Amino acid sequence: MCAMQSATRVAEKQRVEGRASGIAGHEDSQEFLTMVIAGQMFGLPVLQVQDVLDRQQVTHIPLAPPEIAGSLNLRGRIVTAIDVRIRLGHDMPPEEDLKNTMSVVVEHGEELYSLIVDRVGDVLTLTSDEYEKNPPTLDQVWREISGGIYRLDKDLLVLLDVSKLLKSVYPDATLSEKE
Amino acid sequence: MDDLVNEFLVETRESLDILDQEIVQLEQNPNDKALLGNIFRVVHTVKGTCGFLGLSRLEKVAHHGENVLGLYRDGVLEVTSDSVTTILESLDRIKEIVDHIEQTGEEGDGDDSALIAKLDAIEKSASGDAPEEDDIFTPVPASETAAVADALGLSEASQKEEALAEEDEEGVEAEAEEAQAPVAAKKQEVTKQDTGTAPVKKEAPTVTQSLRVNVDVLEDLMTMVSELVLTRNQLLQILRNQKESDFTAPLQRLNHVVSDLQEGVMKTRMQPIGNAWSKLPRIIRDLSNELGKKIHLEMIGQDTELDRQVLDLIKDPLTHMVRNSADHGIEMPDERVKAGKPEMGTVTLNAYHEGGHIIIQIKDDGKGLALEKIKKKILDNGVATEQQLAEMSETQIQQFIFHAGFSTAEKVTSVSGRGVGMDVVRTNIEKIGGTVELKSKEGEGSVFTIKIPLTLAIVSALIVEAGAEKYAIPQLSVQELVRASGQTDHRIEFIKGTPVLRLRDRLLPLVSLKKLLKLDLRNKSNAQAKEAIKELTAGDLEEASKAAEQAENQAQSKVEKQLAERDGDKYIVVTQVGPYSFGIIVDRVFDTEEIVVKPVAPILRHIDLFAGNTILGDGSVIMILDPNGIANATGDMSVPDGAAEQAKASAEKAASNEQTALILFRAGSGAPKAVPLSLVARLEDFESEKIEFSNDKHVIQYRGQLMPLVPFNDEVQVKKENDNRHVIVFADHLRSMGLVVDEILDIVDEFVSIETSTAKEGTFGSAIIHGKATDVINVGHYLSKGHNDWFAINETDDPFETDLSKHVLLVDDSPFFRNMLVPLLTIGGYQVTAVESPLEAIDLFEQGKDFDIVVSDIEMPEMTGFEFAEKVRGSNEQWSNVPMIALSSHATEEDFERGREVGFNDYVAKFDKDEILLAVQDMLKKQKTQKEQEKAGV
Repeated sequence: MCAMQSATRVAEKQRVEGRASGIAGHEDSQEFLTMVIAGQMFGLPVLQVQDVLDRQQVTHIPLAPPEIAGSLNLRGRIVTAIDVRIRLGHDMPPEEDLKNTMSVVVEHGEELYSLIVDRVGDVLTLTSDEYEKNPPTLDQVWREISGGIYRLDKDLLVLLDVSKLLKSVYPDATLSEKE
Repeated sequence: MDDLVNEFLVETRESLDILDQEIVQLEQNPNDKALLGNIFRVVHTVKGTCGFLGLSRLEKVAHHGENVLGLYRDGVLEVTSDSVTTILESLDRIKEIVDHIEQTGEEGDGDDSALIAKLDAIEKSASGDAPEEDDIFTPVPASETAAVADALGLSEASQKEEALAEEDEEGVEAEAEEAQAPVAAKKQEVTKQDTGTAPVKKEAPTVTQSLRVNVDVLEDLMTMVSELVLTRNQLLQILRNQKESDFTAPLQRLNHVVSDLQEGVMKTRMQPIGNAWSKLPRIIRDLSNELGKKIHLEMIGQDTELDRQVLDLIKDPLTHMVRNSADHGIEMPDERVKAGKPEMGTVTLNAYHEGGHIIIQIKDDGKGLALEKIKKKILDNGVATEQQLAEMSETQIQQFIFHAGFSTAEKVTSVSGRGVGMDVVRTNIEKIGGTVELKSKEGEGSVFTIKIPLTLAIVSALIVEAGAEKYAIPQLSVQELVRASGQTDHRIEFIKGTPVLRLRDRLLPLVSLKKLLKLDLRNKSNAQAKEAIKELTAGDLEEASKAAEQAENQAQSKVEKQLAERDGDKYIVVTQVGPYSFGIIVDRVFDTEEIVVKPVAPILRHIDLFAGNTILGDGSVIMILDPNGIANATGDMSVPDGAAEQAKASAEKAASNEQTALILFRAGSGAPKAVPLSLVARLEDFESEKIEFSNDKHVIQYRGQLMPLVPFNDEVQVKKENDNRHVIVFADHLRSMGLVVDEILDIVDEFVSIETSTAKEGTFGSAIIHGKATDVINVGHYLSKGHNDWFAINETDDPFETDLSKHVLLVDDSPFFRNMLVPLLTIGGYQVTAVESPLEAIDLFEQGKDFDIVVSDIEMPEMTGFEFAEKVRGSNEQWSNVPMIALSSHATEEDFERGREVGFNDYVAKFDKDEILLAVQDMLKKQKTQKEQEKAGV
């Protein structure tokens, strides 16, 4: 509980700071929350992020696609947890790694989704110079959820496109209010 | 006070408030036509309504005011502040009277003549030639009344402001008006001064007693209260776990306040159901006129209150159903008299509370649902096959009227019969978590019973556990809870892996929640299982997964069986969806909780089993099961397994005391013909063009083979230009033949007794079916016509391995069954001897006849099957080893037991021809291997 709150606070702080610096910063630059899934760095625009949580107790949803980890209660709202690792075709991590997983909560179409990732990293400010479209040779599953690539000094950052991700989980879902 | 008056008061007050402002605006923009029109209209409405309600004083005032406004509108009278003042004054008077009505219910007997005179004066001034502004009132003759004189005095004063201030109290207001001071305060002042006769109010209730609030605001409020309730529940839960806490007292207080708040907010949304009914008497009246029927509408329980939202949603379905009752249900007066009913038909609406639900009944004493018409319609629409229909009970068939495109009205009237309706009714009712049931008896009327929750916002739900997970089931659909264990009377039994429960003389189909949600798969853990789930949900590899599932089911049922036998305390939630009852097997049952149903995320909405999700008192998220979804899922499940359905159907059959399903058809002239449904493979329509002639026979290419077509008799043409031929297909293993008939008439369940046995070729004789003499045909006759060697089949590749040399003795007292079973067994490749009674059979034995197997009925007049078996078993060695199969329609557990005791080797339901054949085969095979073993042993 305590850990969760502090994590939330960090996110909140990051969000606020992100917003502030976003305004002050270069027009082309955007801030991204970085996270790691199976060694690969991913990024989400910081303004999309509602919360960062540590591992939560989720309620299993029978008959749901395997990447749906379940649903959880976030301050009175029901959040659907999506295991991005499984979505990307990785196996379930060993139990000891599972304990350290974190979730990034995003809002889409007035619904909250919690994306389960291995680890949440720093917030980075990236400019559009560093942006590339998805390489056409990228794995199909990855292309389905990626909004492009950012070239970092040492790493490559895959931009996570939440609406594409949700669509890939269940294409027919009425994800009407597309943002 | 009358509702109508009340509504009028609220409305009038609202419009008057607006008018105050508008008239002031008008004064500033005298040429604003739109504004004028608006004002005129409002006053006119008030006047009209007053007249209607018999409020004469009010009407008079409004009338005169309207006249003046009319002059404004027509441009005859110029808008002056003087006249506007008078208008405002009249508005105030109206308001004052309205207040009085509200307080006392009467207009009060104040004197308005002064005011009216003033208005008249203005009006008359307009009719004079181009009145000058200050001379408005001059043309009024001094002789009118004192009041008029007063008014005249007022107008004569050349400086109106002074005059108004000095001479007339109203002037105060007018002056203020011109100075654009706030209106309301003045008005009140004026009214007080003005109305000497009106009772003095203790408080000035210028604020209306009722408020019009946007529904959205209430909805939001309700949502928030719901959340508050949940939060309170969470707090209370925490409190319960702590023995002593400083929070106890404040939380208790919070608890009460929240409860009151919830109740209060709920109340704001409650409305008497009578509101939804208000239109109905009129509809019934119009209907009776239009249709020439005499219908009386009785309404009971109008005061029953329910949630506004629910009310709105059921208003249309209700109206539709009442209409239906009047249009379809109630007969014409002469028909009613003929049927011995009073000329006046009655439609009764009855609403009452029953444990958190509202029950609404719509009852009519009309002609009820015509079963035959519905059946015909079902077939016409292709909703179900004749065979399916034949297995359905009356109630089940009646439920079809809730299907789309159903209307049994012979002609479409402006009222109903368009085939949209009952399905929409049901959908709408189910949408709000309600159910609708139908009971109808032909000739006596129908009763529709709607059960709906009081409110949609918060529902009571039963919390259950399956596979270590908790789920909520809406209480509304839960009928009862049964604890099933090996020790108690309630025990889960299995028919071919399908669990069922005996519950008060009924067999209740059961569905395991664990299995339904594939929770057992999950326990096998991770990726593989998940993959399997994905496949299952994806619907691909259906065959494979079905097979896998079946294997799974079997394994599962075995485990479950063991569990059930050992300790297995299971709980069964008896659930009803529409007419369909079933039990949900769960591991544990917790208590009920009030929950707020929240929709699931869009990416999960394709899972039909869930109605939503919610947060429980302990803060955990829980999925809410949708009984309708489960019913659909089980309905599908029961098609392949079918055990539950079959069990039900056969139970019904048993209950109906040996009815036989027959296909009725017409062929050539003469009586309709009948053939037992159990012998028929399928019914087909062939295009004449496709029928070929080869080797002196009519044939058709059918399922990759040539199938011979045999006309029923010479009168039936096999081919007819541009016309489809109706064909009854009989099939046996790899062969089939088609019997060409003129028309398939119906499928009926009848007690068949063949009355005349002077059979002509191809029939067994005649029987009374549906009140008509009907020829029951001998299928064997036609089979041999199609294939000369039909009965001589002895295929080596026959999977059933039949052997013509095997001799079957059939013992059955019913000629019909003998006639049905002989061809069946003959087709199966056996030699058959049929006898009427066990005594005859014993005679045959005693004559030294040898049979390989005996198939015997149980219920026979001279000697029952049981006695027969005992006798056979008790006799010499030769017979004691003959395998015996018992046939009966009463296949109860005790019968099985008894049958085994007396020496029957197997026990088969009489109606299941495949089962009979299989049983015979199995038995013979066993005997054969036994003999071989014996031989080997020797």
